[in-house]
Amino acid sequence: MNEILEGLVEAAKLIAAFDPELVEITLRSLQVTITAVVIAAAIGLPLGAWLAVMRFRSRRLVIAILNALMGLPPVVVGLIVYVLLSRSGPFGVLGLLFTPTAMIIAQVIIVTPLIASIAHQAIRDLWSEYHDLLISLNTTKRQRVATLLWDARRALLTACLAGFGRGIGEVGAIMIVGGNIDNATRVLTTAIALETGKGNFALALGLGFVLIALAIAVNLLMHSLSRTERSGTW
Amino acid sequence: MVTSILPLRIHAAEVKRRGTRLIGPIDLTLGGTGITIVLGPNGSGKTTLLRLLHGLERPAHGGLDWSIPEEEARGRRSFVFQTPTMMRRSVTDCIAYALRVAGTKRAEARARAREMASQVGLGHALDRSAQVLSGGEKQKLALARALIREPEVLFLDEPCANLDGRATREIETILTDAKSRGTRIVMSTHDLGQAARLADEIVFMLNGCVRELNVAGTFFETPATPEAHAFLNGQIVE
Ligand SMILES: Nc1ncnc2c1ncn2[C@@H]1O[C@H](COP(=O)(O)OP(=O)(O)O)[C@@H](O)[C@H]1O
Ligand SMILES: [Mg+2]
Repeated sequence: MNEILEGLVEAAKLIAAFDPELVEITLRSLQVTITAVVIAAAIGLPLGAWLAVMRFRSRRLVIAILNALMGLPPVVVGLIVYVLLSRSGPFGVLGLLFTPTAMIIAQVIIVTPLIASIAHQAIRDLWSEYHDLLISLNTTKRQRVATLLWDARRALLTACLAGFGRGIGEVGAIMIVGGNIDNATRVLTTAIALETGKGNFALALGLGFVLIALAIAVNLLMHSLSRTERSGTW
Repeated sequence: MVTSILPLRIHAAEVKRRGTRLIGPIDLTLGGTGITIVLGPNGSGKTTLLRLLHGLERPAHGGLDWSIPEEEARGRRSFVFQTPTMMRRSVTDCIAYALRVAGTKRAEARARAREMASQVGLGHALDRSAQVLSGGEKQKLALARALIREPEVLFLDEPCANLDGRATREIETILTDAKSRGTRIVMSTHDLGQAARLADEIVFMLNGCVRELNVAGTFFETPATPEAHAFLNGQIVE
C-alpha cells in the first residue's frame, strides 16, 4: 500500500518537475504507438470493411485467423520481427533493429488484427442494416465500403482507441526489437520494466501512473474531438 | 427523347429460397403510365414480387426484361422499403446520398436534396439526424431519396403501413404529384381505401401468384375471380 502512495508522489514529482527524461520517453511512447495505430488503422479498417461486405470462399477462414492473431503474444511478435530484422535475417540490410521503426513495425503487427476484428464486427452489423438500401441504390462495392466506414466512424474510433490501448501498454515486443536503449528506444513501458528490475519501485510506479494518465488523456481527447461534430443524436 | 425502360415483361419468373418457391411462376407486363397497386393478403408475395421487379431478388426460373438492357435500366428506377433504412447522417445528407453515389458533386447534391426535402415537407428538419425522425418523416425521407433520382419507375412496399391518417394523406399527395409528372408507380398496400384512391391498375396476389390483373375500377366493382371478390369483402382468402 505504501509503495502505491510513494508511486503517486513520485509521479507527481516527475510531472511537476517536467523531468526532461520523462518527457523524452513519454513522447517516444506516443510517437511509436500513434504511428503504429495510424498504419494499423489504414490497413485494418478497410480490411474489416472488406471482410464484412465481400463474399468469398475463404472469408470465414480469414476471419478466424484474424481473431486468432488478436490474441498473439507480443513477445512472440517481437521475436519474429527480431529474427527478420537481425543482421543475418532477410531484412537485416535495412539496419532497423533497435530503432523506433522496428518498434513501430512490431506494434503494427500486434494492433492491426485487433482493429480489423473490431471494425469487422461493427461494419458487419451496419451492413446488415444498410444492405438492401445500398443494393437498391445501385452502389459499387467501393462505394459500399466507403459508406460503411464513414457511417460506422464512431465504432471505428473506438476500435482505434482499443488498438492504442494495446500498443501503449505493450512491453514484450518493443523490449526485444527496440532493446530499451537510453536516448534511442526507451519508452514508458520498457523504462518501467527496467526500474522494476533495479528495485526502484516508487519510480516504476510513478512511470506507471504517468502511463495510465496518458492513456486516459488520449481517450478523452479523441472522444471530445469526435463529439464536436455531432450536434444531434447519431 | 430518351428511350423508356418500360414496358417491363416478366415471363414465368419464380423466386425460390432454399429450394422452396416464394412466388411464381409470374407472367406480367408492366407498361403505360399511372399507378399499379399490388394487393393481397399477408404472405401472398407482394414484397417478394416488388423486390423481384427491382432486381433485389434473382429469379430461379424465367426472367424479366426491361425494354433496354438491365445495366442501363437499373439506375432509372427506385425502391422504397416498408421499413426505410435511416443512415447515420443528417436528413439533407441522407437524401443527397442517392445522388452522390450516382456521381453528382457534393454541393449540387446537397442543394438539390434540400429542395427535395422541402418538397416532401421535411424543410424544417434538414440538419436533423435521420435517426430521430418520426415514422411519417422517415417515410417521407425515403420517398425524397427515391424521387431525387428522378426515376422512371418507382417501387414502394407498403409505404403507409405504420402511419396515421394524416401522414398517409401526405404520402399519397406526394405520390399523385409524382404520377402527374410522369413517374410510373408500382406499390403494394393492404389498405383497400388507399388502393381505391390511388390505383389505375390492380395486381391481386394470392399464394405467390398473380390471381388477377385488372383496371382499378373494374377490379373494385366486378372482380373477375371469386377470391378477389372475397378479399374485397374482408373475408379471409387463401
Ligand atoms: N427471406 C425469406 N426466407 C424464407 N421465406 C420468405 C422470406 N421472405 C419471404 N418469405 C416467404 O415468402 C412468402 C411471401 O412473403 P412476402 O413477399 O413478404 O409477402 P407479403 O409482402 O405479401 O406479405 C411468405 O410465405 C413468406 O413467409
Ligand atoms: Mg410485405
